[in-house]
Amino acid sequence: MNSTFQNNTKKKRIAPRAPPIGSTGAIGWLRQNLFSNIFNSLLTLICIYGLILIIPAGIDWVFLSSQFTGDNRFACQNTGACWAWIDQRTGQFLFGFYPEQERWRPFLAFLLLIPALAPWLFDRVPAQKYLRIFSVVYPVIATILLVGGFGLPNVASDKFGGFMLNLIVGLSGIVLSLPVGVLLALGRRSRLPLVKWVCIGFIEIVRGVPLITLLFVSNILLPIFLPPDATLDSVVRVIIMVTAFASAYMAEVIRGGLQAIPSGQYEAAKAMGLNYFQSMRLVILPQALRISIPGIVNTFIGLFKDTTLVIVIGLFDILGIANAMVANPDWLGLSTETYVFVASFFFVICFSMSRYSMWLERRLGTKGSTGWSS
Amino acid sequence: MVIMNNPNFAEDRQKGLIEISGLNKWFGSFHVLRDITLSVTRGEKIVICGPSGSGKSTLIRCINYLEEHQEGQIVVDGIELKGDLKNIEAVRKEVGMVFQSFNLFPHLSVLENCTLAPIWVRNTPKADAENLAMQLLEKVKIPEQANKYPGQLSGGQQQRVAIARSLCMKPKIMLFDEPTSALDPEMIKEVLDVMVDLAESGMTMLVVTHEMGFASQVADKVVFMDEGQIIESNTPTEFFEKPQSERTKLFLSQILSH
Repeated sequence: MNSTFQNNTKKKRIAPRAPPIGSTGAIGWLRQNLFSNIFNSLLTLICIYGLILIIPAGIDWVFLSSQFTGDNRFACQNTGACWAWIDQRTGQFLFGFYPEQERWRPFLAFLLLIPALAPWLFDRVPAQKYLRIFSVVYPVIATILLVGGFGLPNVASDKFGGFMLNLIVGLSGIVLSLPVGVLLALGRRSRLPLVKWVCIGFIEIVRGVPLITLLFVSNILLPIFLPPDATLDSVVRVIIMVTAFASAYMAEVIRGGLQAIPSGQYEAAKAMGLNYFQSMRLVILPQALRISIPGIVNTFIGLFKDTTLVIVIGLFDILGIANAMVANPDWLGLSTETYVFVASFFFVICFSMSRYSMWLERRLGTKGSTGWSS
Repeated sequence: MVIMNNPNFAEDRQKGLIEISGLNKWFGSFHVLRDITLSVTRGEKIVICGPSGSGKSTLIRCINYLEEHQEGQIVVDGIELKGDLKNIEAVRKEVGMVFQSFNLFPHLSVLENCTLAPIWVRNTPKADAENLAMQLLEKVKIPEQANKYPGQLSGGQQQRVAIARSLCMKPKIMLFDEPTSALDPEMIKEVLDVMVDLAESGMTMLVVTHEMGFASQVADKVVFMDEGQIIESNTPTEFFEKPQSERTKLFLSQILSH
C-alpha cells in the first residue's frame, strides 16, 4: 500500500492524449446521437424512411407537377398544385382592398420598417443613434403613409386588408404589449394595494376571456372609456384589444422572470442607493427580460397568429381574403393551395421570430451571464 | 477649518456615526432583535459574531434599512431611519454593503458594476466614475478584470469586486455580512487582505464574520450576539482572553477548537 502510494507521487505528470478514434467528429456524432443503441438506430431508420416518403412528394406537389399560369381552375390539369391564381390575386393577399394605385404607400411603409426596427434588434447597426430617433417617429410616418394626409389621398381603414393588416395589427401589438406587460407585471408585484389589485384584475379578466369575445365586445366596451361623440376606427380598436390581450399574457411571463431573480440582486441595488425605478430599469428588468425571452417570443408568435381573428369584426386579413377566394367559382376547390400559401406567410414571420430569439439568447448568453453567484 | 467652526462637529464625534438604541425587531412573531443598543464612532471597526440565528446579519441589515425595525431608533450620520424613503435613500448613499453571496449584477461588466451607482445615484460623470472605479479595482488588485463579467471570475475575485463596487460610492460606513462564508478556503485570504487594507485606511466598518483572526487583527471592538441580544462587547484582547459570560466561553471554545 505504502509503496504504491509513494510510487504514485513520484510519477511524472501525465501529458494529455487525444480521445479515442470515433468518439469525436462526424462519426462520433452519428454514433452518439443517431445510432447509440439498437432502439435508437431503428428509430433513425424509420425517420429517414418517413422523410423519404414526404419530402420528394411535397416538392413534387409544390414545384414539379404544379402549374403557375392560367385564368381559372380549369386551366390546371396537372397532378400537382394549382398556383395559377397567385398571379392575379397576390395584390389582394398582400393589401386587401387598398386602392391599387396607392399600394406603393403600404409597401414603402414596410420598407421603412427595416431601418426602424434594425437598431433595436441588432447591436452594431450603422448610424444606430439616428436610426433610433427615426424609429420613434416611424409610427407617425407609417400612419400618414397608410391613412393619408399631407397631400396623400385618404384611404379608409376598412380598405385595409390582406397580410398588410396582419402586419399592422401584429407589429403594433408586439411593440405595445411588451411595455404594457412590464408595467402590469411590476404592478402586480407592487406593495401598493390599489395598484396591485387593478393589475391583478386586468390580467385575470383579460386573460380569462377568449380574444374573439374581446373583439366582439370591443365596440361596446371601448366607447365607455371615450368621450360620447368619439368613434373609434375598427383597426385601432383591434390593435387595442389585441394589445390588451397579449399584455395580460406578457405580464405573467415577465412576472415569472422577475420572480427568478434572486433577492440578493434587489438588495444589492437597494443597498447602493438606487431608487425603485432605477433598480428595476438598470438591474432587475434587464435580467428578468433576458430570462423571459422564450416566453416573450412565444407570446409574440401567438399574438401574430391571433391577428387572423379580425375577421370576426368584418376586416379582411390575409385569411379572410383566402376564405373569399376559396369560395370564388373560378378557383373553387383550391383550398389546400390557398391555405398552404397563407400558412407560409405566417410560418416565415413566426419562424424568423423564433430564430431571432434563439440568436438573441445565445448572444446575451456569451455576454457573461452564466447565472448568479451562489 | 470649516469643520472646526461647526458647533455640531464635536457633538457629532461624541454621538458617533451610528447610534442604535432600544432596537427591537420581529419576523412575524419571532423576536429576532432584542433591545439592541450600539454606538459606532467614526473610524471604528466592529466585528459582530455569534451562533447562526443570533440576529447578527439582521442587525447590520437594519443599518441600511434592508430590514425594517419595529421599535427603537437607528441614527446613521445624523439621519434617523424611519419609514421615510428620502431618509432611507440618503443613508444608503453613505453606507456600503458587502454580502455573503457577492450579489454582483451578472448582466454588467465588472467596471459597469462599479460605475452604476455613482453615475445614477451620485450623478457622477461617466469618465470620472470610471476613473475612480479603476483606482479602486487596482486597490482590490483586479484592474485587469475590469471588462469581464462576474460569471467569469472566481468567488474571491467577485467578492473583491463587490468591495470595490461599494467603495465607488465613497461611503462613510462599510457593512460586511459574512463576506468570506461563501468562499473556498484558498480565496478567503485574498478577501480578508483587502478588508485589512481598508480598515487601515480608516474606514468605519461593521463586520459580521467568523474569522476570529481578522477580528483580533483589526477590530476595535468585538460584539458577541446570541438569541437576538448583545451578550458581550469588548476589545478583542479582552474578548478572546477573558470572556465574561458562559455563553461566550462556549461559543469561543467551539469555534476556536478547529
